[in-house]
Amino acid sequence: MSGSEKLHDVTIEVNGVRKTIAVEARKLLVHLIREDLGLTGTHVGCDTSQCGACTVEIDGRAVKSCTLLAVMADGASITTIEGLAGPGTELSPIQAAFHEHHALQCGFCTPGMVMSVRQLLKDQPDPSEHEIRHALAGNICRCTGYHNIVRAVESLTSKGDQP
Amino acid sequence: MNDTTAIRHIGQPLRRREDIKLLAGRGRYVDDVRLPGMLHMAVLRSPHAHAEIRSVDLSAAKVAPGVRLVLSGKALDGKIGPIVPNWIIPGSKVPFRPVVATDRVRFVGECVALVVAETLAQAYDAIGLINVDYAVLPAVTDEEIAISDSGPQLHDNVPGNITTIYKVRGGDYQKAAREADQVIGLRVVNNRLIPTCMETRAIVASPEPDGTLTVYIGSQVPHMHRRWIAETVGIPEHQLRVVAPDIGGGFGAKMHLYPEDLLCPYLARELDAPVKWWESRSESHQSTSHGRAHTENIEIAFKNDGTILGLKVATLGNVGAYLSNMASGGPTVNTINFGTGTYKIDNYEAISRVVVTNTVPVDAYRGYGRPEGAYIAERAIDAVARHLKLDQVQVRRRNFVQPAEFPYRPYGSMGVMYDSGNYQGLLDKALAAFDYDGRRSECEALRSSGIYRGVGVAAYTHMCGMAPSRRLAVSGFDRGGWESARVSIDSSGRATIYSGSMSQGQGHITSLSQIAADVLQIPIENIDIVQGDTRQVQAGHGTFNSRSMAVGGSSVHVSSQRIVAKAKKIAAGMLEVDEEDISYSAGAFSVPGTDIAPVTFSTVARMAYVGHKLPDGIAPGLDETVFYDPTGMGSPSGIHLAYVEVDAETGIVDILDYVAVDDVGTLINPLLAAGQIHGGVAQGIAQALYEEVSYDPDNGQLLTGSLLDYAVPRAEHVPNIRSLFQETPSPTNPIGVKGIGESGSIAAPPCMVHAVLDALSPFGITHLDMPLTPPRIWAAVQKARTGASQ
Repeated sequence: MSGSEKLHDVTIEVNGVRKTIAVEARKLLVHLIREDLGLTGTHVGCDTSQCGACTVEIDGRAVKSCTLLAVMADGASITTIEGLAGPGTELSPIQAAFHEHHALQCGFCTPGMVMSVRQLLKDQPDPSEHEIRHALAGNICRCTGYHNIVRAVESLTSKGDQP
Repeated sequence: MNDTTAIRHIGQPLRRREDIKLLAGRGRYVDDVRLPGMLHMAVLRSPHAHAEIRSVDLSAAKVAPGVRLVLSGKALDGKIGPIVPNWIIPGSKVPFRPVVATDRVRFVGECVALVVAETLAQAYDAIGLINVDYAVLPAVTDEEIAISDSGPQLHDNVPGNITTIYKVRGGDYQKAAREADQVIGLRVVNNRLIPTCMETRAIVASPEPDGTLTVYIGSQVPHMHRRWIAETVGIPEHQLRVVAPDIGGGFGAKMHLYPEDLLCPYLARELDAPVKWWESRSESHQSTSHGRAHTENIEIAFKNDGTILGLKVATLGNVGAYLSNMASGGPTVNTINFGTGTYKIDNYEAISRVVVTNTVPVDAYRGYGRPEGAYIAERAIDAVARHLKLDQVQVRRRNFVQPAEFPYRPYGSMGVMYDSGNYQGLLDKALAAFDYDGRRSECEALRSSGIYRGVGVAAYTHMCGMAPSRRLAVSGFDRGGWESARVSIDSSGRATIYSGSMSQGQGHITSLSQIAADVLQIPIENIDIVQGDTRQVQAGHGTFNSRSMAVGGSSVHVSSQRIVAKAKKIAAGMLEVDEEDISYSAGAFSVPGTDIAPVTFSTVARMAYVGHKLPDGIAPGLDETVFYDPTGMGSPSGIHLAYVEVDAETGIVDILDYVAVDDVGTLINPLLAAGQIHGGVAQGIAQALYEEVSYDPDNGQLLTGSLLDYAVPRAEHVPNIRSLFQETPSPTNPIGVKGIGESGSIAAPPCMVHAVLDALSPFGITHLDMPLTPPRIWAAVQKARTGASQ
C-alpha cells in the first residue's frame, strides 16, 4: 500500500442508501461518487467547473459535484442520475421528455443537464424559453445545439399543454 | 412478381433506441472502465512552444509514493513510434514525430515524460517532481510568419516550414481576369478551433491472460486504431482487441493517432497490468487536435451583372507542430477542391500550402476542409454582391449550377463530382420559410431609427463518404472507402448486425436498424446493432466524413438484401416451388396466385439452422457479410439564412432567426437528421461568433487553455434553429442517402458572418474576420464612425 495521504471518514446518503467512506482530504465529491460508489452516470467534462456534467442534487439543490471536496459533503443527502427514476419505471418525466424530443446525442452531458432541469422546474414550474436557456447556462452540450433540450423542457411547462 | 418495396421504417422519426441507458446514467464511457490492478498514467507536457531538452531528471518522481514507472522520451526511443500520418498528399515532407519528445519540443503540450502509478492522484503528484532543463528557442504560431524569412525552422526536413504544396486548376483564370469588368481581392481567416467533445479522450489498455491485449478507447475508427496501434507499438494486429464503448462526442477529434494511444498499450505490456490514461479538459486543449486555422487569399473576377468569371485562391493551412493523421489532406484536397462551392465558376486556380508552426497539431474537425472551402466560395460571392450593391440572393441565383447539369464536375475537375442537387429549389424553400423580402424591408425600415439588423445567406455543397477505395490511393489516403456489415440471423429469426461504422452520438443503433428493418421486414425490436469491438465486428473504417449512412448504411442494406435472397431460396425448398415464384412481403414468403400457405421469416430462419429441408447447393445458416465499396460519393447541399440584430454600442449580436434547408438525400430518420443540423449549426455559429484558440505570438503560450477562456456557447448563446429538408436522392448508393453530420458546421459560419456584415453595412464595414466578438464589432463600428467624422 503506497497511499501517503491521511484518510477521513465521510458519511453520506446517496440515492437513499447511507454509506461511510474513507477518502483523502483532497478528493472531490465527483470522484467519490464515481470511484468509491461506482455511480458512473455522473461525469467529469472539465476541470474548471464550467461544463456541468457532474451536476448532482445535494440536500435538494443542484450542485456541480466537482466544486466540493468529498469531506465537505459529510452528512449530506445526495441524489445522482441513477436515483431519479422511481421504482418500477425506467425514466422520470424529465428523462422521458428528453427521450421524446431527441434532447440527447452522445449522452455525456445528459445526466448533469437532467439534474439542472430538475432544479429549474423546482424553482420555476413554468419557465419561458429565455428562462430555460438562462437556467441551463451552467451546462454545456456540444451535440444538440440545445434546441431539442429546450423543446424537452418546454414540453414539461404550460407550453407543452398547448395543442 | 409482387415483392413489396413499401418503406416502413426509413423516413420515420423513431425515438432513439440508445437513449434509455444514457438517460438513466448507465452509459459506459472509457473513464467508467475500472479493472482489477489497474494503474494510472499521467503525462508531463512541455510548458514551452519551442525548446531543446537539455536533461530530464526523473529521480525524485521514481521514489514517490505509489509510482511504478517513470520514463522520458529517450527510454522509448526506438521501442515505439514514430507516429506517422495516415493521409500523406504525394510530395509531402513528413516531419519525424516521436511518441514522447527526446531532444526537442515543438508545442506547448507535447509529451516530455510520463508516470505510471497506483492512483491518478499519485501519478499527478509524481509528474510534479520531474525536472526538465529546457533551452528555449524562438517560436512561431502564425502561418504567414512561419513561411516568411523570419520564421524559425521547426524540422530539418521541412524547409520553409511547408510540408505540402497542392494545386488545383480548371479553365484559364488569367484570361477570365482580363475579360472581367472587375477583380477584387479578399483575405479571410478561418479561425482555429477546439473540437470540444464533452467527453475528453481516455484509454485503458489491458493485457489478457491469453497474451492478447484489449484497448478501450473512445475511437471513431476502432479498426483503424487497431491497425495503427499494432503497427506503431509492434503488436500483431490479430492479438489486439480495440473496444470503443459509448463515446461522448467525436467531431473528428477522436479519429487520430495520439501519443497516449500508443503509450498505454506499450506500458500495459511492460508492466503486465491494465494502464489507464484520462485527459483532463485543460490537458485536452493542449494535446487533442485543433481544427481549421487557415488564412485564405482570394481573388474574384466578375462582370457587373454579378456573373463570376473566375476565382483564384491561395490557402495557408496551419497544421501545428507535426503532420497529424490526416493533416496534409485537410487544407489541400478537402479545402481547395471545393472552393467554387455551389457556383458555376469555370476558371479556377488554387494553391494550398500546408504549414508547420509551434502549436497543437491541427486535424479533422466537423467538415474538415469543406467548411474552409465553402467559406472561400461564400465569402467571395457575398463580397461581389456587396461590392456591386446587388441583392445577395440574386447574385447567388445567377451563378448557381443548374439542376439539369448534375452530375456536375466544377471547373472541369477530375477529382470533384457533385452527384445531384437542386440549389434553386433549396433557395426558394428557404426564402419562403424565412420571409426574406419581409425581413429585408424590416432591416431597411429599422436602420433609420438606429436599429441594425441584417440578413445572411450561405449555400454549400460538398462530398461525403470518401470512396471508392481505388480513387483514394491517388491522394495518398492509406485506407479504403468501403464499409462492412454482417447481418446474422439467429434461429428465431432475430438479427444481430455487426457494423464497421461507429456512433459517437449520431444514433446509429436506431438509424441502421431502420435501414435493416425495411429490407428484412422484421420488427425493429428484433434487430440488434453491434459496433465498436474489433473482436466482434469483422472490419471497418468507422465514422467520419458524414459517411456512416451512405456507406455503412448501404452495407447494412446490401447484406440484409442477401439475407432475404438466401431466405427466399430456403423458402422455395420448404414450399417446393421455384424461387422465382416466391414473393416476400410483410415478413412472409408466399406464392401469389396459389393457396400454398406462406412461411414466415422466422420459420425460414429456423430451417436455415436445422437444415432439414435445404435445397441442393444451399449451405446451412443465415448470415451474410458485405464489404460495400461505393461507386461514388454523395453531395449534400443546402441554403441557410440568418437574421441578426447588432447592437452598435456594445457589439453584441442577437440571432433573431435561423433557417436551414438541407438536401441530404433520403432521410433515414427526420428527427435525428434535424438533430444533426441543430448541432452542426450551433458549432458553426460558435466559430462565427464566439470561439477562437489564442496563442501568445511572442512565446507560443496557449492562452485559451481551459473552458474558462475558450468560449464554447451555452444555451443562451444559440437560437432556435428551424431545420427543413429537401430530398434529392443520391444516385451513388442504394438508399439514396448523402450525409448530414457536417452540413451545419459548413453552412453556418459564412451565413452568420454575412448577416452581421449586412447589419453593419450602414457603417461601410465590408469585412470582419471570425469570431465576430463584441469587442471586434465594437472596434469596427468605432473606427467607421471616427473615420466618417474626420
